Amino acid sequence: MNVPSEHLFFLSAGLFSLGVLGFLVRRNVIVTLMCVELMLNAANLAFLAASRMHSTPESLDVQGPVFSIFVITVAAAEAAVGLALVIALYRLKQSVETDSASEMKG
Amino acid sequence: MPPSPSHAWLWWIPLLPLIGSVLCGALHLATLSARKRDPQAKGPAGLAPLIACAAMAGALALAVKGLFDLRALDAAARILNSTSWEWITVGDPRQPWFEVDLRLVLDPLSSTLGLVITGVGLLIHIYASGYMKGDAGYAKFFAYLNLFVFAMLMLVLSSSLLGVFVGWEGVGLCSYLLIGFWYEKGWPAEAAQKAFITNRVGDACFLIGSFLLLRLFGTLDMHEIVARMGADFRLDAVSDDVKLNIALAALFLFGGCCGKSAQMPLFTWLPDAMAGPTPVSALIHAATMVTSGIYLVVRLNPLFASSPAVMTLISGVGVATALIGGSTALVQRDIKKVLAYSTVSQLGYMFLGLGTGAFGAAVFHLVTHAFFKALLFLGAGSVIHGMHEEQDMHKMGGLRKHMPQTFATFLAGAAALSGLPLMSGFFSKDEIIAHTFNSGGVYYAFWIVGGLTAAMTAYYTWRMVALTFFGPERFDHHHVHPHESPAVMTVPLMVLAVLSVFGGVLGLPPVFHVAHVLNDWLAPVVAPGVAILNQLHPHEHLSHATEWVLLGLGAAVALAFAHTGFRTYSAGPEPDLAIGRGAPGVAAFLGDAWSIDSAYSRVVILPLRVFAFVVRFIVDQVVIDGLVNGAGSLAKNFALRARGMASGQLDAYALWMGGGAAVISLWWMWS
Repeated sequence: MNVPSEHLFFLSAGLFSLGVLGFLVRRNVIVTLMCVELMLNAANLAFLAASRMHSTPESLDVQGPVFSIFVITVAAAEAAVGLALVIALYRLKQSVETDSASEMKG
Repeated sequence: MPPSPSHAWLWWIPLLPLIGSVLCGALHLATLSARKRDPQAKGPAGLAPLIACAAMAGALALAVKGLFDLRALDAAARILNSTSWEWITVGDPRQPWFEVDLRLVLDPLSSTLGLVITGVGLLIHIYASGYMKGDAGYAKFFAYLNLFVFAMLMLVLSSSLLGVFVGWEGVGLCSYLLIGFWYEKGWPAEAAQKAFITNRVGDACFLIGSFLLLRLFGTLDMHEIVARMGADFRLDAVSDDVKLNIALAALFLFGGCCGKSAQMPLFTWLPDAMAGPTPVSALIHAATMVTSGIYLVVRLNPLFASSPAVMTLISGVGVATALIGGSTALVQRDIKKVLAYSTVSQLGYMFLGLGTGAFGAAVFHLVTHAFFKALLFLGAGSVIHGMHEEQDMHKMGGLRKHMPQTFATFLAGAAALSGLPLMSGFFSKDEIIAHTFNSGGVYYAFWIVGGLTAAMTAYYTWRMVALTFFGPERFDHHHVHPHESPAVMTVPLMVLAVLSVFGGVLGLPPVFHVAHVLNDWLAPVVAPGVAILNQLHPHEHLSHATEWVLLGLGAAVALAFAHTGFRTYSAGPEPDLAIGRGAPGVAAFLGDAWSIDSAYSRVVILPLRVFAFVVRFIVDQVVIDGLVNGAGSLAKNFALRARGMASGQLDAYALWMGGGAAVISLWWMWS
């Protein structure tokens, strides 16, 4: 079975849009973080799809997969920091709703 | 210039007054701190006159030593160079294209002036120790006086124009400090500012002249400049362009002299300068400051001699100043103002002489004027002192009985100033007038005006004597008890009186068949200028018959008008009041020095004030403040609107970020 690379891009765009939408409409910080992960993974998918497009049987393109690995690493770090922030926020406000932290209002 | 042995001791001539000034300043500070503990404490201020006079005496002794050292040399080689210090070097140190060395030079000219400055200055210092007794700033006064003398000595001894400029500014500063010495009274502070600002105009001219000379000759060393225009300098061999530049340099330097030596149109500061204590007036008017312009012209005599137009201008300005000063002195009531306008007038004579090429005669008049004007100012100070600070001559009268020594010495000064026969002023003034007569052409007009001014001089001098010392006593006997001044003040007066009477022997006219001491002495200094003048138009010497006639005429005019002036006012000041009633316009015009001050107010000060008003209220408050405040309020208003973006809502931030990213991506895609 040979899936065209364009489909992979459409999937990636769809996932990214879902992530953005979730990021914008959901108030729960944990869900927001999950949406960020979703966007990062959409980006990973786009990297891999582009790598697949540029690869020939003689030479494999490695830049895409390498970037994906970097993104996964960063995402892991981000998740660690993000969850720590969620815990800190909960201790401060007894809530994980984003609306509860609006002290920076100009 | 051949290398000559260096005379480091020359440095001590200006250094001694400087050291004296520093010590007196320290004494003043010590006195202040003693008074802080105990307001009645006298402090060590009483030592100040001793230190200051000792410094002056030391400087005078060195100047005399210099005189004898110079006399021991051949006439042509009479130059003593001090060690020279490298001051400014521009460019490659081995081959600099511009360098200024700090070096003192004693030659007949600077020796003459140095002797006048230190000699007359010493007498004024001694006098001041009596006059200023009891003043709160006793030590400070002597610190300023000594500093003044230091600056003046630097001015006449420096070889470089830059060194002269240091002294030039130094005397300006000291005149400011001393004229405004009693600044608590208010108007002396204003007079001091006027003197300083007016002098700044001249100083700017001096600087421009120096720059022009630097461009012409590549050096600021006056002795080198004069040497370049010396023996083998042919005026017809230089190009018109160079001639023009020489004339411009001379013109601007003369502008500087107009400021310092109180010539038209910058003389208005000098009459106001008598706001300072009387010894200061004597020092400014006689020994220092106002003589610096004369000195500079004589020092750079070939430069001025090369431009006949500038020479004529100098004479014209001089004679106009003499006339204005002399006629203004006719109607003044303040004894010091009479003397101040008289100084303006006599300085005009000196410049008249300079413009005719009579450099020696101008220096001669400078020297005799220093004697008799110092005497008259100090005598007036003695009168003011005895009259309890009264300066109005209408409120004096009959003082000869109360102050016999002051009276006798004042008479000697008045006789010399008015040019009574055989007095010092007679010979020096008549030498200038004879030179003017001999120059012909437009100088005949100058000669007539000069003669007229001589008549006025005799008149106002004896009017002053009559009003002060003769006639009925017009002061309030209950409050004023005129008394003779202490010996510390009268002895300097006596010395100056002797000098004023016999100073004429320095320059007896040729008809007496004796050597003109001062002219022979100065001959090597003025030789280059005289040589250039002879290239332009050879002078013939006046015949003895003409000279006798001129001398007789001068004597007759002086005697006649001295007599008239004395007779008119010997009964009291009523003729003044009669003039005021009969011709109020003339009296006001003369009393106000030909309304030049008010003309300045209209022509210079008013436009300046309008300009300042425009700059302050329109350029500054509207344009510049508008720009600055506008920038501020722009940022503030923008921030007020933009702060709504920071809602504190995470998703709002995310929306802005996402929207921004979307816009940038779209923009990339399209472009």
